Amino acid sequence: MFSYCTDPSSLQGLPWLSCYLTSGTHLLFYSSFGTVLLLLAITAPVALIFGYGGAMAARSRIAPLRWFGKIYTAMVRGIPDIIFFLFVPIALDQAFEWMRHQALCDSSQPVRQGSDFVVCDAAKLPLSDASPWVHDAYGIFLAVIAFSIVFGAFAANVLYGAMQAVPRAQLETAEAYGMTPRQVTRRVLVPQMWTYALPGLSNLWMILIKATPLLFLLGVEDVVYWARELGGAKTSAFTYPHPDWRLYYFLALLVFYLLMTWISGRVLDRVARRLSRGQATLAGEAQRKGAIA
Amino acid sequence: MKLLTIAATTLALTAGIAHAQTVRMGTEGAYAPYNFIDDATGEVTGFEIELGNELCKRAELDCTWVRNDWDSIIPNLVSGNYDTIMAGMNINEDRKQVIQFTQPYTPGMPSAYAALSPDVDVEGGVIAAQTSTIQAGHVAETGATLLEFANPDETVAAVRNGEADAVFSDKDFLAPIVEESGGELVWVEGYDTVPLGEGIGMGLRQSDNELRETFDAVITEMKEDGSLNELIKKWFGEDAMIFE
Repeated sequence: MFSYCTDPSSLQGLPWLSCYLTSGTHLLFYSSFGTVLLLLAITAPVALIFGYGGAMAARSRIAPLRWFGKIYTAMVRGIPDIIFFLFVPIALDQAFEWMRHQALCDSSQPVRQGSDFVVCDAAKLPLSDASPWVHDAYGIFLAVIAFSIVFGAFAANVLYGAMQAVPRAQLETAEAYGMTPRQVTRRVLVPQMWTYALPGLSNLWMILIKATPLLFLLGVEDVVYWARELGGAKTSAFTYPHPDWRLYYFLALLVFYLLMTWISGRVLDRVARRLSRGQATLAGEAQRKGAIA
Repeated sequence: MKLLTIAATTLALTAGIAHAQTVRMGTEGAYAPYNFIDDATGEVTGFEIELGNELCKRAELDCTWVRNDWDSIIPNLVSGNYDTIMAGMNINEDRKQVIQFTQPYTPGMPSAYAALSPDVDVEGGVIAAQTSTIQAGHVAETGATLLEFANPDETVAAVRNGEADAVFSDKDFLAPIVEESGGELVWVEGYDTVPLGEGIGMGLRQSDNELRETFDAVITEMKEDGSLNELIKKWFGEDAMIFE
């Protein structure tokens, strides 16, 4: 990074530290924070869509769709997250490769040979000669799916509950105006349910932030991987030898996560205030009275 | 003559195929000096990386390195995420049930116990070792209490903070750590060289016989021309065990 970093062993104090903190591995460590933020940015909306779909399915008048919605929430919420995180990416990866194997190769070759899972070269996902970032992106893609399925199920339950909490009188009034069931849902039910859903959803968001270290289990090199790797004692085989510094690295992670949840808390408070405006709830009533005074 | 032509053509053809093939090499990246992440560049380096690159060059293969946690390094090989393992993995019977190995590319490297004092009871105390290594298996057999960790760094840290009485690991991994600890860590008396394992080999899927034969051939070549011994001396010092 800096010109004086060519021979760190001759450096001391601050110059050494500045070289150390800008070394190749540290740059990877910093970019892994980006990975975590990227995962959150993609997973949260996708999980919300899954949740919305699940809640709508669970409320559906078509029986098979309703069963699907109920089974989805019950099953995912009933299985430990970690098992799901370990299962989904492997199962998805093998399912994709199996389908490609059937389509692209001589499918008379068995996929399972002893303990091996073997597909032909053309069916590999990503291909063996793909550049490393493709492999990383694919790993993150599988992680996003796994997180979205799990958090989508929780979100489905929250949204289902929120939809049930909208006062029946509101929907009845809409019906009396001659709205079709679809219009009632879109114009009255959904806009009003958010205020009931928000406490549950904000809990989920916090849990999602705190669950990101599970990425490490999925083989994605996230902040926890790098903190453990960089913090471990380094002998003189390394360019920057140092004793066991894991404590400081984990402390940095602690601050990062605390900051993330603190900022989220502030934002969610504002959203809650905005959503209760004009609602027939205690918070909405308090806002109305405040505005008059 | 005809037979020779056929042989030459097949050789040329297979060499052509081999050249186009990309081999993904799995490693842990946390086991200096075998394999570790160069902190200046963020790339993997070490004895096995240099050896692996040389093997690939000789076999005319296009190789890329993939880091994977030790815990899941065998499952991810058999499910096809990468094609080989070079991660200081000792050849043993349990592993041969699931994967196959090339011939060893190191002689049977000794293991050793390191602790805070030389008179630790290694057969009755608490011994730290990395999960699913031959050392962990050995500790379990001695009657000592085994304390397993997911990565090798943590096994040493456990001794330093008093969680374990001693750490049992490959001697070449522990040697630089003991040397540079300034007397804090020492070899356990009588247990500084424990012969264990048949040597370290490259792991491959059991269905990948062709690739194993390719690598076996180039390992033999490097053993015969002495370049493998040179490489061992470069990374493990002049006194390291070498092939006869």
